[in-house]
Amino acid sequence: MLTLSHFLILGAILFAISVVGIFLNRKNLIIILMSIELMLLAVNMNFIAFSHYMQDLAGQVFVFFILTVAAAESAIGLAILVVLFRNLKTIHVDDLDSLKG
Amino acid sequence: MTLAEMQFQTPELRLASAEIFMLVMACLILMLDLFVKDRKRTVTFVATQLTLVGAAVVTFATTSGDIGYTFSNMYVGDLLGDVLKLLLYLTVIVVLFYSRGYILERPQMARGEYYALTLFATLGMMVMISANHFLTVYLGLELLSLSLYAMVAMNRDSVPATEAAMKYFVLGALASGLLLYGMSMIYGATGTLEITAVAERLYMGQVDRGILVFGLVFLVSGIAFKLGVVPFHMWIPDVYHGAPTAVTLFIATAPKLAAFAIVVRMLVNGLIVMAPDWQMMLILLSVLSMAIGNIAAIAQTNLKRMLAYSAISHMGFMLLGMVTGVANGDARFALNAYSSSMFYVVTYVLTSAGTFGMILLLARGGLESDELEDLKGLNKRSPWFAAMMMMMMFSMAGIPFFVGFFAKFSVLQAVVAAGYLWLALVAVFFSLIGCFYYLRVVKIMYFDQPTNSLPIIAPLDMKILMSANGLAVALLGIFPQALMSICAFALLRSL
Repeated sequence: MLTLSHFLILGAILFAISVVGIFLNRKNLIIILMSIELMLLAVNMNFIAFSHYMQDLAGQVFVFFILTVAAAESAIGLAILVVLFRNLKTIHVDDLDSLKG
Repeated sequence: MTLAEMQFQTPELRLASAEIFMLVMACLILMLDLFVKDRKRTVTFVATQLTLVGAAVVTFATTSGDIGYTFSNMYVGDLLGDVLKLLLYLTVIVVLFYSRGYILERPQMARGEYYALTLFATLGMMVMISANHFLTVYLGLELLSLSLYAMVAMNRDSVPATEAAMKYFVLGALASGLLLYGMSMIYGATGTLEITAVAERLYMGQVDRGILVFGLVFLVSGIAFKLGVVPFHMWIPDVYHGAPTAVTLFIATAPKLAAFAIVVRMLVNGLIVMAPDWQMMLILLSVLSMAIGNIAAIAQTNLKRMLAYSAISHMGFMLLGMVTGVANGDARFALNAYSSSMFYVVTYVLTSAGTFGMILLLARGGLESDELEDLKGLNKRSPWFAAMMMMMMFSMAGIPFFVGFFAKFSVLQAVVAAGYLWLALVAVFFSLIGCFYYLRVVKIMYFDQPTNSLPIIAPLDMKILMSANGLAVALLGIFPQALMSICAFALLRSL
């Protein structure tokens, strides 16, 4: 029998993977964008689990908004990535080092 | 739910009329710009400024002084919101005037999109200010953030600007993720997403405290990211430094008002029962910000970067007012404490607008003049503007009798009244360290020889506005009482 805590633990694991993906990744910016998506999906998992177990629809409505905003967010993220690639000719995280201090 | 139960109620649109006006006008300006042939986009600029003035008129006309809810309690209209919105319009108007010359010299920024994005960001901030539901907070925040990411990257051939945009985007998205995770936990603990209902259920005690505190940690981290306080400050120096100065000016001013608003909405309106928990977290954030912000600023040679660290320390100082609202279960000082924070953030926005405005004023011919060295001998080039800059720096350092002094003083007063004497001493200590780098700017302006002796050419409107901004810093320092009472009254009628 699956209980609420199973879903919460799954959500927490996904969230942790995405945070680790953002901070430990030294290679590719696209992996960071994927981690951001994963993070929002982990949150969605939480909302849906709570919404189901509390029989309250508000959480599921919230999820639709998060999905929509996530789409807009990745559109902007990819646009910035393209602009960055045109300037730097690379998308390695380590090469983003012109700003320091 | 059957169909018969689903009744459609017309929401009370009056409370949101300013937002509706802003949305319609932003869309119209985006279309209007298609028909503008002029490279300088004067029509778009004027229409944008008129929209902001119009929104101010609408807000002023619909303000009632009472608390009203609309859109199924997702939206709140109160005096606090109206005052913050009016200050927001004023800030954006000033920011646009300051940026005008700068963006005209950069063909990629002098487009209609710049003004439309500014208006959409403003709309996002208005939604945040009036939010009474976690969904509204989130949507307002995203509308603001997405517009800002695009604005930072607008100068798209510049390597620092695009790099700053990427860093801002990644850390901003991380912050939204943390905030959402916190919201989902609070939703799980209380069973509602409506901020006032959260407060009610907490008050009744029907909540799972473990989940709630867990969610609160994430919520506070998300807010801290958006405010830019240590240890969530990494993006601030890079974004302030890399972004075009006109956009830095925008990021450094208006969003601080909205960030203050969501702190009040979520932590004070929603989670006041949890005050002992979040106050401890904010104390930690605040002390760390004042320490790292002030110490790291000393090492900077770039003026924008130095002001970024100064922004971190100021936001830390502002949070001090928020941590002293409830002391030992006693909320007697809450109003005093929160209004001192509000006064602090308003005066910080005013001063910071002037400081970045000065960097814009000095930047000419498509070049930035954002190094400390560029200020050398400013007094010889223009005594009047050097005096204005000196007043801004004195105010930021908290030297009497400029407005920054009274802002710091009223926050410290609230801190001492709540019994945190050690915290007040820590704050004073780090402010004294902070004085060093503000006074260094004054020294560079007055005692160093100018490296370039070109006179300062600025359009008349900018000169007038810069003078007004500097004089406002001085005058509010002599008469701080009026603004303080406005802040206190707005909070009194809204909490």
